Formats: sequence, C-alpha cells, structure tokens
Amino acid sequence: MTSFVRQCFAGLRLLLVLTVLLGLVYPLGVYGAGRLMPDHADGSLLEVDGRVVGSRLLGQGFDGDQWLLPRPSAAGDGYDPLASGASNLGPENTDLLATVTDRRDAVAEREGVELAAVPADAVTASGSGLDPHISPAYAALQAPRIARERGLDLAVVLGVIDDATTGRDLGFLGEPTVNVLQVNAALAMLD
Amino acid sequence: MSPVVAAVLQVGLLVGLLALVHVPLGDYMARVFAGDRHTRVERLVYRVAGIDAGADQRWSVYARSVLAFSFVSVLGLYAFLRVQEHLPLSLGMPAMGSDGAWNTAVSFVTNTNWQWYSGESAAGHLVQMAGLTVQNFVSAAVGLAVAVALVRSFARTGTDRLGNFWVDLVRGTLRILLPIAALAAVALIAGGVVQNFTGPTEITTLAGGTQSMVGGPIASQESIKLLGTNGGGFFNANSAHPFENPTAWTNLLQIFLILVIPFSLPRTFGQMVGDRRQGVAIVAVMASLWGAAVAVISWAEMRGLGAVPQLAGGAMEGKEARFGAAGSALFAASTTGTSTGAVNSFHDSFTAVGGGVTLLNMMLGEVAPGGVGAGLYGMLVLAVLAVFLAGLMVGRTPQYLGKKIGRTQVTLVALYILTMPALLLVGAAITAATPALVDASVQDPGAHGLSEILYAYASATNNNGSAFAGFAAGTPYQNTALGLGMLFGRFVPIVLVLALAGSLAGQRPGATTAGTMPTHGPVFVGLLGFVVLVVAGLTFFPALALAPIAEALL
Repeated sequence: MTSFVRQCFAGLRLLLVLTVLLGLVYPLGVYGAGRLMPDHADGSLLEVDGRVVGSRLLGQGFDGDQWLLPRPSAAGDGYDPLASGASNLGPENTDLLATVTDRRDAVAEREGVELAAVPADAVTASGSGLDPHISPAYAALQAPRIARERGLDLAVVLGVIDDATTGRDLGFLGEPTVNVLQVNAALAMLD
Repeated sequence: MSPVVAAVLQVGLLVGLLALVHVPLGDYMARVFAGDRHTRVERLVYRVAGIDAGADQRWSVYARSVLAFSFVSVLGLYAFLRVQEHLPLSLGMPAMGSDGAWNTAVSFVTNTNWQWYSGESAAGHLVQMAGLTVQNFVSAAVGLAVAVALVRSFARTGTDRLGNFWVDLVRGTLRILLPIAALAAVALIAGGVVQNFTGPTEITTLAGGTQSMVGGPIASQESIKLLGTNGGGFFNANSAHPFENPTAWTNLLQIFLILVIPFSLPRTFGQMVGDRRQGVAIVAVMASLWGAAVAVISWAEMRGLGAVPQLAGGAMEGKEARFGAAGSALFAASTTGTSTGAVNSFHDSFTAVGGGVTLLNMMLGEVAPGGVGAGLYGMLVLAVLAVFLAGLMVGRTPQYLGKKIGRTQVTLVALYILTMPALLLVGAAITAATPALVDASVQDPGAHGLSEILYAYASATNNNGSAFAGFAAGTPYQNTALGLGMLFGRFVPIVLVLALAGSLAGQRPGATTAGTMPTHGPVFVGLLGFVVLVVAGLTFFPALALAPIAEALL
C-alpha cells in the first residue's frame, strides 16, 4: 500500500470523527444554547391577535395606499424567502437606470412630492430582497398618505412610525431605520 | 451625527477591537502549535483515526497528508451532495447534479465557498451542517497548518522536519476555531440569527398574502463561515440576509470575525521565530493595504458615483438599509481583503471604483490580511521576494530571518506568484473569447461584463468566493472550469509553500552582518507593500484597464 493511499485512509477516518464533532455535536450544542433565547433563535416572529404574521427581521410585500410601503425587492416575485437575493445590475446598466426612473416617478406621484424628495432606498432593491427596513426619510414621506387613507391624525401615524424607528447601534453603527412590518402591524391594531 | 463621522467611528471601533485581541490570540495560537501535550479529546481522535501524533514529517510527507485529507474531503462532500435527497433533514431538496456537486465540493474544501446554487433551494439542513459546516472548519485549519509549517521552517535550523499535519489540523480546529466559533454563534443568536431545525413553513402575512418562513442551523454555520474566512452563506443573500446578519452590531461582529485570525497570525509568526518585530512588520503591511481599501471603497460608495447611484440619490442598489453605504463598504473591503467572500451587499451593483477595488483586493493575492493561514503564507512568500529584490539592488546574498534566499527558494517563490495570475487570466480569457460562454453567463454589456468575468475567475483562483453575482455561474462549463480554478489555485501554491519550507528548515542561520538588510522597521514595510502592489499591478493592469477603470472613466 503506497503512502498516499495510507494517508487517505487516515484522512477519511479523521474526517468522519470530525464530522460527528463539528457537524452534529457542535450545531446541536449551539441549538441548545439558542433554546435560552427561543424568540431570537426561532426567527423573531411577530404575532398579531395571536396569529403569526411574519418575522420582525424579514420584510414582506405590501400593496395599497393604507400601508407603509417597503423597498423594491429582487427576491423572487418580491420578498420571497425561498429566493433571497439582489438585482446584481451594474451602476451603468441601462435597464436598471430605466427601472429607477420609473420607480422615482411612481413614488413622487403617489406621495405628491417633488422627484428630488424621493430617497435612494425607495427606488433601489436591497441586497437580500428581504430588507425589513426603510429610511426614516422614506417613512416620513409616506406618513401623510397613510393618515389620509386611514382617516387618522398625521401625528398618530408619525407616532407609530417613531415607535418602530431605531437609531444607529451605539450611536454610530449602521444607519437609522424604520421597521416596516412593525409599523403596519401597529396600524392594523389601531383599526 | 453625520454619516461620515459615524463611519469613521465604526472603523475606529473595529481597529481598536482588533488591536486589543490580536496580541493574546496571536500568543495563544503560537502556544497551541508549539506545545507537545495532547488533550484527552485529541488523543481519542488520534486513536480512532489511527494517526501517529508523534511523527515529525518531512515537507513531502506533510504535503502528501494535506493532499490526501483534501482529496477524501472532496470525495466525501461530493457523495454527500449527490445523495442528499435520501438523507434525513433534506427538506425534500433534490440531489445536486454532477457538475454542481463537483463545484460545491471543491469550493468548500478549498476554503473558497463559491456558491453557484442558492442555499435555501438547494441544500437541506444535514448537508449544511454535517457537510458544508465541517469543511468550513477543516479547510480553514488546513490553511493554518500550512502557514505554521512555513513559520517553523524559519524558526527551526538544520532539520528536514516541519511538524505533523494531522496534529496541526486537529489542534487548529479544536483549540482555535471551535471555541471562538461557538461563542460567536451564541452572540449571533442574541442578535437575532436563527438556530433551529424547521423547514419552510407557510404563514399568512399581515396584508393577507403568504410567505414561507425559513429556518435552519444558521448561527452555527454563520460564525465559522466568517471566522474561517470561508464565506459560504446559508442563504443566497449571504450576510445581507436578515436571518444571517440581522443588525448593525452583528454586522460589525461579523467583520471582526473575518479579520481576527488573519490579523493575529503575524503575532503568532513573530512569537514562533523569536522576534516579534518581524510580525509587526508583516501586520503593518497587511493593515495599510486593508486600510487603503476601506478608505477608497467607503469614499466611492458614500459618494455614490455612477449613473444609477446619481439618479437614485445614493448607491443603495444591492445594499441593506440597516448597514448603509458605510457598513457595506467596510464589509466589502474586509471580505475581499481576506479570502472570505461572504457579502452583506452585492458587489456587482457597487460603483465602478468601489467594485473595482474589491476586484483589485483579490488580485493582490489575498494578503490584506488574507485568509486564515493563507494570508500569512502568501505575505511571507512576498516577503521572501522583497528580500531577494533588495539583495539584487545592493548586491548582497539575500537573507530572511537568517535563511539564505538562493536559487531554489526564488524559483519556488516565482512559481507561487505566477500560479494564480496564470489560472485567473487564462480562465477569464477563455470565457471572454468564446461568444457562446459570454452569452450563457455574462449579464451586463460592455466593460462591466468583462468585470463580471474577471471577478468570477479572480474569486475562484484566489479562493475568495464572492461574486459579481450577475454572472450566471451555474452552467456545466463554468461549474467545471471554476472548480478547476479553485482546486489549482489552492493546492499548487500550498505544495510550493511547503517545498519552500522544506528548503529553508534544513539551513543553519547565516551570520547577520552590517550589510544584512533588517526585515523589520518602516523601510522594509514600505518595500514589502511596494512589492505587493507592483506584482499585482504589473500582472493585472491591462485587464483592469479594460474593465473597472474603463467603466469608471467612460
């Protein structure tokens, strides 16, 4: 038996031992630790009236002027967790340029504002296609329409948005965001 | 707080954490690999696997062990992927086809983690944890072992022995990677990363639609994906997916995990060769290159140059709102400067300058600071070259750490440096010159399309694994060709490094005289940084000029 073949058998046995340790024992151990924080480990699910309506971490599609609308999504037909992903279109891509132009026109018309007032996150698809957040600027832009459609005071809608707004972690990590599903769940509860 | 100030503080906190941790971690790793006591678990592992842990191996035996272990790993993972539909926890996922399984097996064994498939629709839970996660650990440990063998060849004199691969592999896995990965996994769960074993369950959304709630052993895979500079995501969206990377602070933790071992290994190197200043010089070069990449990518993405970002009012295509341009740029510089390839934003949609720097980062040969182990041995090879060039300039026999750099060493270094560019450029050229291949895979027209091809081959041959993901890589040709690129891009350099180590370990240290160039201090740091840039620049400038540079200027 040559040395290489002998080494292969040693390697195979080692691989099997390590597969048990790293591939079964380790993930099960982490699973066990996760049971101490079941809400997080199970996907931060959000319940409304005792019914799971989604995850606070995953964006979902909304259609209709009574809702706070999320960012465009490239995940499947939009916000499909079985097809997460981005458009991957380049910075000079003419198709993307046309899409962004259309989205800006649509947002400006829907909210009744100038084109220049439309924020970047409103017209671009996120990396995951499941982005649960929008910028505070985009949320503020939508508040008057939501108030009008739902017959609520603007201050009430702005209050709901404020409750779902998080600043930068530690004051300087990442960007301030508004959680779209949390806002819409709160709006639904007001009814 | 202005976005720029926040971005600077974010980088500052990261650098502070790395500065704090690299000393104890580097020293700890040196002790792990230098000690001769085995733990009880390790002795049990050696007994079950039938390994003689006391053997001290010559370079050729060490290399054969690396290749044998990697060979059975590829076969094992390939078989696993081919039969997954018959295994428990497969969630009804079909078996992978032969070219796809080949590509994925090679990808995870070579520490590349290039993914032609989407995790959520191609890999069941058992494959993810018992197949892919295991390779995330051991492929990183292989890189560590090779780096340590090279360091020993500088530290030892007059021997032809480099240590024992099996012992280095097991210790790197069980004493370094596993404990840190376990702690990080729990921290990630605290941030919101999922860890359960549920399959997709359909729920009714708030607005009355339906959505599939996904689950899986994500946190346990996520932590080692980053710590081992692997990069293969549980989901297609990788670290952009909120279940992998839910918040801005988990994002910083992920970047920290990517960088912590590569930036600590120079300290390990300094300790093992008995001169910490040598490690400081290496880490200074790595940190300068990384810092420059962070600065340029951050500037480009926050400015939002290019037609689409200008129209949209910011470069947010392919980026998550919670990370923003700054958090995305920092991740991008770190994932391509190491051989990680995880992404929290999609590089294909980056500005021409930002995307171009991620490409250049890989073309430097993954040394800023490079993958686990691979970054250190890559930089040490370049250090040998720098010493040789300096020797030519002053007309002295070049020495590095007392070892003479002669014809054998320079030949091996030259072959090492030529391997990756040859694989990259020939591979990319074949695709670019074949209209059928271009039609099948390239998404964007013009210069950006060439960037997509170059990025794919740079990523594969440097074992990075990130992509300009508009490139459709899941065709039989690309699966096969990129698989070969990953395989040769990983193991040809490893064999050359071990041969170099073998040629150095046997030498007795030469006398250090006033004419010997010191390999620490600012002069050497400048020289080594210059060599890294010149080698990559001379090799890749023509290709880069036709792709991202043309795109940025036109």
